[in-house]
Amino acid sequence: MTTTPTAVPTTTAVAGGIGTSPLRPDGIPKVRGEFAFSGDLHEEGMLWGATVRSPHARARILSIDPAPALAIPGVHAVLTQDDVPGRKTCGQAVKDQPVLADGETRFWGEPVAVVAADDAETAARAAAAVAVRYEPLDALTDPGEAERQGSVFRTMHVVNGDPDRRGEVVVEGYYETGTIDQAMLGTEAGLAVPDGEGGVDLYVATQWIHEDHEQLYASLGVEPGAARIHLSGIGGAFGAREDLTLQIHLCMLALHTGRPVKMVLDRAESFAAHVHRHPSRMWYRHEADPDGTLVRVEAKLIFDGGAYQTTSHAVIANGAYFAMGPYHCESVDVVGIATRTNNPPNGAMRGFGAVQVCFAYEAQMDKLAAALGMDPIDLRLRNALDAGDRLPTTGQVIEGAFPVAEVIRSLAAMPLPDAGPGGDPRHLPGGAGLTTTAADIRRGVGFAVGFKNIAFAESFDDYAEARVTLTPDGLLVETAAAEVGQGMVTVLQQIARTATGIEQVEVAFVDTAAIGSAGSTSASRQTQMTGGAVLEAAEAVRDEALRRAGGGTLSGEGVLRDGVVVATLADVLAEGPITELVRFRHPPTTAPSETGQGDLHAGFSVAAHRAVVDVDPDLGLVRVVQVDTAQDVGKALHPAALVGQLEGGILQGVGMAVMEELRIDDGVVRNASFTDYLLPTILDAPDVEAVLIEEPDHWGPFGAKGVGEPPTISSTAAVVAAIRDATGRDLTRAPVRPEDVAGV
Amino acid sequence: MKVTLTVNGIRRDADAAPGDSLMDVLRGLGLTSVKNGCDNGDCGSCAVLVDGAAVNACLVFAARSEGKAITTLEGMATEGSLHALQTAMLESGAVQCGFCTPGIVMTAAELLEKNPEPTDREIDEAMAGNFCRCTGYTKPRDAIRSAAEMLREGRR
Repeated sequence: MTTTPTAVPTTTAVAGGIGTSPLRPDGIPKVRGEFAFSGDLHEEGMLWGATVRSPHARARILSIDPAPALAIPGVHAVLTQDDVPGRKTCGQAVKDQPVLADGETRFWGEPVAVVAADDAETAARAAAAVAVRYEPLDALTDPGEAERQGSVFRTMHVVNGDPDRRGEVVVEGYYETGTIDQAMLGTEAGLAVPDGEGGVDLYVATQWIHEDHEQLYASLGVEPGAARIHLSGIGGAFGAREDLTLQIHLCMLALHTGRPVKMVLDRAESFAAHVHRHPSRMWYRHEADPDGTLVRVEAKLIFDGGAYQTTSHAVIANGAYFAMGPYHCESVDVVGIATRTNNPPNGAMRGFGAVQVCFAYEAQMDKLAAALGMDPIDLRLRNALDAGDRLPTTGQVIEGAFPVAEVIRSLAAMPLPDAGPGGDPRHLPGGAGLTTTAADIRRGVGFAVGFKNIAFAESFDDYAEARVTLTPDGLLVETAAAEVGQGMVTVLQQIARTATGIEQVEVAFVDTAAIGSAGSTSASRQTQMTGGAVLEAAEAVRDEALRRAGGGTLSGEGVLRDGVVVATLADVLAEGPITELVRFRHPPTTAPSETGQGDLHAGFSVAAHRAVVDVDPDLGLVRVVQVDTAQDVGKALHPAALVGQLEGGILQGVGMAVMEELRIDDGVVRNASFTDYLLPTILDAPDVEAVLIEEPDHWGPFGAKGVGEPPTISSTAAVVAAIRDATGRDLTRAPVRPEDVAGV
Repeated sequence: MKVTLTVNGIRRDADAAPGDSLMDVLRGLGLTSVKNGCDNGDCGSCAVLVDGAAVNACLVFAARSEGKAITTLEGMATEGSLHALQTAMLESGAVQCGFCTPGIVMTAAELLEKNPEPTDREIDEAMAGNFCRCTGYTKPRDAIRSAAEMLREGRR
């Protein structure tokens, strides 16, 4: 891996500060098997919960008879919509999803009732025994039909520039992407413990405990302080834990029975319980002058939101705002529609609307280059946006680093792997067991560029709280931010160390009653948001400690002057505690105008990917050999963890390109298992080389940008472009299936 | 029914229902490193050593484990020091959320026991049944290579 030099100096030399790669503090318990994930929790006397789910995409509920379930020894409760004590619906922006089905089920797998029993097996038997009589109804599952019927969550119309501007060279295309699952390895799980006074403590794996809390106490019908949410160990997230799944159900059962209740979803239920990446249908028309200057882009996007809104309004907005990529264009007209159907709900997944459109606009850029007779990389460079330019969709002037051209040039300059698969049959597409021979292989190379915003947008009041306290032993950082595995826990330590010079930093994840919101662990935002709060708080703690000691520099030993300790940390604290609570906000954003104009986003990050594939075009088999990347990261705070984000994110992009898709027939999921929903294994994983472009951001700590999502935005597009290059086929749908490659 | 196992060197008696898997029984004994990612033998998160062979504990009936010697991740560190695979997973950055870590360590432990100097291809073949959704496979492969070297040099 190579990196470009950074212009940002670190303020203090301290072991384990920013720019180094210290070991993660939760790593020891994780490698010892002692780290408690939400599914590992245990409380004396606890019951087990289970969920009754609709087997129909849409049905009227004629009756629910709990008696057969309650007749099973060891069953303590069967609860339905009638038992929801407070608000009967939940949801992030719009509370349109029944906590339990409200007389009609609107998607396959919708929760209808929940049960609690002495053990998991009895709970599962009880759930199966609840007698629900359904009258199946016609399900609306085609997004095109939903659009015609006006069954939509949000329609965007982003218009900018002269609508009559026309180019001489025109390409059109129609593209689709499938429904993709986050497939985090830890399924949804939690433990609710009643406090005996009408309140409840919920221990759960989620991405934003304060948002969950708002929805939870309202549906429980209790005061905010009577329901507390504590983060428990999280087995991956990727967007799947942004919406509520079992949180309210668990607390209802605990309050109803007066007993602790635990629930762990099995893998099939997990596919039904959380939202997925929206499937999309996208039509595009690109027009350019003969010299390759992009002058007009028209697009129509339909993302199917499924049965309930969740974050569809924001996902389709991202699709529309980022619909044409990081390129100049004089004139833009984008329509984006999020449909409401009886498919399973779709919402947040890594990349959040930017992934689908990138697949389409980068295919269009290649098509346009071919029509112009230009090199596709030259075409991208000719139209590349830069800091200070206006985004052609929203009209926003881009603040902060936006090194599109440098990302493209750096990636294009990287060496390509050796030609051909070599002699090992295990390196042929399909592996050694299939019938491909090396002579049948065609190699292809594909290139794609993508970008998206960081943090929340469209005037949302986005903030993160963190508290930093000086102790005699070092620093305590308190936050409610969700550590989902990405390594934020280490980055927060590093920021606090570099800000203060104190190496000993403990990060404590505290509950909803102990601190204000950190916002969601999503939108690539926590390094900048909670990291920003920790930086400000740590600097204030440092300044107060130095003020008390009469100046000098701070270290773990205490305050130093001329290399000598003049006051220990205990001395400094003798006159009282030093603790700073910071509520950090990023630069404000505005709400969009009717035509989608405004300063809608707080910042952006861009990345590019170049994929190399080997393809057997007759058998339709593909092996992704290598995916290289250049990414705009601002400042690499923890280079090793950052590269881990790039490698993992690229592999998710590879999955969406060639194997992953939730297959849904008439609203019913047909492959809700890891046997049938294919995930990349070590044998499917390409080699990855990365270049980090370090141009400081305008508001991230030490110039850092969030890095989580860009690896997943253009990697899918690059892999499919490479398969097009190898086969000469259009391949307008991701994932690419063998029959698409073989043309049968 | 009763099942008697030797788990991490200690004889344990466990109650098991007829349909219980070895994974269910081990988790019931408090060995929660045995992770249930799919209950279907697809993801490898529940891998343990049964008489030295790495198996998906979710696919083994508890009753078939009677009298067997089981090693779980909890049994890999000795006298307070980590096994080389544990150290290498951590130092190589292979641990993000950590849910796949137990299965990867146990599967790799069998590999390194049988093949102290595996090639990358042999690592890939051995690890093909273990999913990692966070960081992919470059860093776990690096970790296994690094652990093999540590073990060959007599370092734990």
